[in-house]
Amino acid sequence: MRKQLPKSLTGIQGLDEITDGGLPQGRPTLIYGSAGSGKTLLGVEFLINGATKYNETGVLMTFEETAEEITQNVASLGWDIEQLVRDRKLLLDHVAVPVRDIDFSGSYDLEGLFIRLSSAIQEIGAKRVVLDTLEVLFSTMEHHIVRSELRRLFSWLKSQGVTAIVTGELGSNNSTLQGIEEYVSDCVIRLEQRTIEDLATRHLQILKYRGSKHGSNEYPFLINEDGISVVPITSVGLNSGVSDERISSGVPRLDTMLGGLGYYRGSCILVTGKAGTGKTSLASYFASATCDRGERVLYLASDESPQQMLRNQRSIGLDLQPHIDQGLLRFESVRPTAYGLEMRLANIYNWVQEFQPYLVIIDPMSNLSTSNNIKQTKNFLMRLIDLFKSSQITVFFTDLLTVNGALEASEAGIPSLMDTWIELRTLENNGERNRALYILKSRGMQHSNQVREFVLNNQGIELLDVYLGESDFLIGSARIAQEAKDRMEKLNRCQELERKKRQLNQQQALLQVQITALQVQLVNEREDFEAIYQQDQLSQKAITDSKDLMADLRDADTII
Amino acid sequence: MINFPDELELDEDDIWDFHLYIAGKSAKSTAAIANLQKICDEYLQNKYKIKIIDLVQNPEMARQAQIIAVPTLIKKLPSPVKQIIGDLSNQEKLLVGLEIAITHRSSNQS
Repeated sequence: MRKQLPKSLTGIQGLDEITDGGLPQGRPTLIYGSAGSGKTLLGVEFLINGATKYNETGVLMTFEETAEEITQNVASLGWDIEQLVRDRKLLLDHVAVPVRDIDFSGSYDLEGLFIRLSSAIQEIGAKRVVLDTLEVLFSTMEHHIVRSELRRLFSWLKSQGVTAIVTGELGSNNSTLQGIEEYVSDCVIRLEQRTIEDLATRHLQILKYRGSKHGSNEYPFLINEDGISVVPITSVGLNSGVSDERISSGVPRLDTMLGGLGYYRGSCILVTGKAGTGKTSLASYFASATCDRGERVLYLASDESPQQMLRNQRSIGLDLQPHIDQGLLRFESVRPTAYGLEMRLANIYNWVQEFQPYLVIIDPMSNLSTSNNIKQTKNFLMRLIDLFKSSQITVFFTDLLTVNGALEASEAGIPSLMDTWIELRTLENNGERNRALYILKSRGMQHSNQVREFVLNNQGIELLDVYLGESDFLIGSARIAQEAKDRMEKLNRCQELERKKRQLNQQQALLQVQITALQVQLVNEREDFEAIYQQDQLSQKAITDSKDLMADLRDADTII
Repeated sequence: MINFPDELELDEDDIWDFHLYIAGKSAKSTAAIANLQKICDEYLQNKYKIKIIDLVQNPEMARQAQIIAVPTLIKKLPSPVKQIIGDLSNQEKLLVGLEIAITHRSSNQS
């Protein structure tokens, strides 16, 4: 197994990731950039984190700013340098390089610098050193002496076993002003501040890191109230894990349409539609359902203030305030003109790291970027989506559709980044507008292709079946009218049936009566016949009896 | 043009006070001490004090006096305070730096 280069963690968000573990331990790293690019801050943060997180004390040798100035500058970040100095975890030595009133006579070296640094390191047993910025020496001392002394200094630093950061000024040709990178061969990082279209963005790039793999791109970074924050993602990684879990959209009928189960966790969902179609309401329902599961939601809104949104959602029966109170729902504003794309990305990354949401809602997506550059916007979105997918965070975008429901050219290609695409359309007929919801696509699941009527009332969101006609469908009042008509017809048919049935019954009854009458007649006739027959029998018998008697009386022979 | 005085007119109260910062017994240190001594003998008629601070022995002095280059000579008195860096082997520059020699264009002052 290959031996790993030992590294010193910086504790700076994002930087340890792209350096794969921090700066080379026991070696000097050069960090250079233009004035105000953040080099001093980076060095100071490295020392402070060393002292507070990694149990490594540090020395800051500052050539430009005084110790007081630096202490003051970082106080706003919540770092108490004075306390660290009192606790002997940090030592600040301000080197006042004289610029006037000095003369030179004969040869000299910078041994005084070595002595000071050595004594400072020994005094607190420092393992980390920051020299900010050595290039000041070039302004006073003779260059050839400074150069040879720097060479000596860097070998000396290595021999001391301290991890050092040396800062430098950005010169022309993108290298340092005085070319000190030639002495620092282990690790070189460049900081840059660029202004594009009136927006300032900061970038960090690792130009060299001997013996270690590292991210080689330019990474945007922020300086915010916690210090430096580097966004470690610039390329689209397609290696993120995929979840099979399904989560509810908050609208049961919609879950049914989405393969019966809802969205995939960690997927990208896009809802498009004109203004006022109800995209925010869909987003709010999703947020509410997610919070109900105890999962945090980060809502990036830029069109409405949170208060306005809450009020609007209450009118459809959804109260998001309890979720906010429980700390499950957090709003952040992303006004379109405030930041460039890089800063926007860095800000969002920061919020995500801090809040650890399960769902991020971006409503609307169009305000994220005011750039007209299609490629830039799409690249930004891909990076943003990659950021979420790599942490299996579900993201829900809303976007404005433009004229005639057709996507603008600049947005073409964006739906291909999405896993689920829902469209809310308004249909106008008979002087009224109704909304319809379509699921245009939903990867990896069986979804309904059937359009549904999308209704917002004070009970909330309802998805109703549309009326399916021969060639078209009806929604809204036309549907209601048609349904009423249908019901009417059905009622009529029923009534007709009833009537016929009654008629039939009547006839049956009538016939029945007739039959009964005939039957009675039959019985009567039978009885009559029976009576006559009986009579006849009796008569016959009587005749026979009397014949017998006569015979008897006459002593007739027995007729055998 | 540099004007080297043959003899420096010194006020009675003028005591030249030098602090010479060196780093151990190196060639530069020895040279600096010797060179300083030489001009003092030549121009300052015993009206001088030299304090030698070895930063190897007293490293805290480096921070205190804000010294990074060695040798460094600081002329404390007479004012103004002047700093001269180097082993002082360039006598011309040393004398000009200490304002013992006066350059042609500078104004007359003792």
